[in-house]
Amino acid sequence: MPRLRLTGRGLWITALIVPPLAVMVTFVAYPILSALAYAFYDWQGLQRGDFVGLANFHEVLFTEPFATWTRNAFVHNVIVFFSLMVIQNGFGFILAYALWRELPGAAFHRVAVFLPVVLSTVIIGFLWKLFFHPLFGPVNQIFRGLGLDFLAQPWLGQSSTALASLIFVNAWAWVGFPTLVFLAGMQRIPGEILDAARMETDSEWVVIKKIVWPLVAPSATVVFILLFIGSFNWFELPYIMVGLDGSPFGSTDVLGLYFYRTAFGNQSAGVQDFGRGSALAVITFLFIAIVAAFWTVRLRKREIQL
Amino acid sequence: MTATSAKAMTYDNKGILSTLGRDGLLQVILIANTVLMLFPVVIMVFSGFKSNMEIFNNPFAVPDFANLSNYIDVWTQTNFVRYLFNSVFVTGFSLLLILVLGTMAAYAIARYEFFGASFLLLFFIAGLTLPLKLAIIPLFILFRDLGILNSYWALIAVYVAMGLPSTVFIMTGFIRSLPRELEDAARMDGASELRIMWSVMLPLTRPAMIISAIHNLVPIWNDFFFPLVFIQNDALKTLPQGLTSFMGEYTTDWGVMFAGLTLAAAPITVVYVILSRQFINGMTSGALK
Repeated sequence: MPRLRLTGRGLWITALIVPPLAVMVTFVAYPILSALAYAFYDWQGLQRGDFVGLANFHEVLFTEPFATWTRNAFVHNVIVFFSLMVIQNGFGFILAYALWRELPGAAFHRVAVFLPVVLSTVIIGFLWKLFFHPLFGPVNQIFRGLGLDFLAQPWLGQSSTALASLIFVNAWAWVGFPTLVFLAGMQRIPGEILDAARMETDSEWVVIKKIVWPLVAPSATVVFILLFIGSFNWFELPYIMVGLDGSPFGSTDVLGLYFYRTAFGNQSAGVQDFGRGSALAVITFLFIAIVAAFWTVRLRKREIQL
Repeated sequence: MTATSAKAMTYDNKGILSTLGRDGLLQVILIANTVLMLFPVVIMVFSGFKSNMEIFNNPFAVPDFANLSNYIDVWTQTNFVRYLFNSVFVTGFSLLLILVLGTMAAYAIARYEFFGASFLLLFFIAGLTLPLKLAIIPLFILFRDLGILNSYWALIAVYVAMGLPSTVFIMTGFIRSLPRELEDAARMDGASELRIMWSVMLPLTRPAMIISAIHNLVPIWNDFFFPLVFIQNDALKTLPQGLTSFMGEYTTDWGVMFAGLTLAAAPITVVYVILSRQFINGMTSGALK
């Protein structure tokens, strides 16, 4: 009787585990492992050709013109990441601190700051593309109205400002995320610790530096890592606002756009190359995974457990 | 609450003026930020009620809200309703599968001891850190071979795969925290394992299911990348993807474009405003330990 029960339970557990496991193996593990393998083959359209070893990687990293394109896109991703780190996460921390004080209207401000986070990037991209229109866009209309005509620029149309405009829109859309993650971290700081700290010092700055910041470190770790991964996977916003070529003149080209162009082609150059595309995907993935892993370990070290 | 009043008292010791000064500055920052967040959204909604002339001449004026012609155009002259239906169907079906499959795996891992349970949990959670976007080429080929390119199933398969790791993670943690006594009592009464799961344990997991559902709802509803690669047929496009073809058609009619953006933003905005607390908890839940 007990033996029978045991097999029954074994079957039951198997029945629970196998369907979700099958989905993960088929649609996550298998594609990701294949992505690694594909990078080592020559591709003719959708047909896999010969094994070519590291040739695709060599092309993407060291053969012109691909090497320059790769470097150009990568540099832009780095700029995007550091800018957002300062603007999006920095401002998020300030907003979180302000919300944490629970001033009148805090509940409303909290809902407002998070609203763009739930909107589709497609909506946000098109909205700001219209707003940045050189002649009719409200952004330049405001500048002209204020007599700041020199600021009425073709923001998305010139190399010097296009990437910065995209970064601004991204920060506008996403600042609510770090804000509310930091806020949740702050709300978990026990009141006694804060009270004790404020007895010791008159300076709120010292309290923030010595108490608040170290104690929200776990939230910060996650926010930093997610921003890092997001910055190097950046695709939707530039795709909508400046197009697949990262216009003007590639000044907004990033790895996501470049990868998509390589793998699936674009209107101007209809060629698609799954081999070089896969190599780019693998390089991007390894870069993200390695940096994220090392950085997580470093960030975790400075976290304090209460 | 007590923490707040204690804080307030600490500040009183230092003089009410300096307190007002700092909190006043913070309040100004908050108000300025809220204006910056909401103003573009308000202009978007307003412009949907305007003609091109009105938008170009008076971009910030309050419009005549009775003028619904742009909204009617979007609703009747474009495939908007079709896109909306596609988004609802794909998102709804994906969420259902994510919750069913995710709960099955989480329940087995959390409630039973068996060989490999912790390895399985790790396998599921590893999916959290793998951006599936980078496996788009193999997925494209896989779906072509399965014959589901250009169908709802391609999207649903990817979304379920994307949603399972976080759901298993959230649900396992929650189900583990449920007391053993209930389960044991039901087992003594001779209830089958299925009955214990369905009638005793699952009703208790509702809060975690809501968190998991919202955590996945927003990225799936808003996703643009996977439809862009997998769906060519206009009748199957989801809302974000349909919006790109719509915006391409109406490039000179600003009022219609703003009306389209407003209508596309409306469903999730309304749900978000009603359930803002659950949304914020759900979307930040992955980021909090």
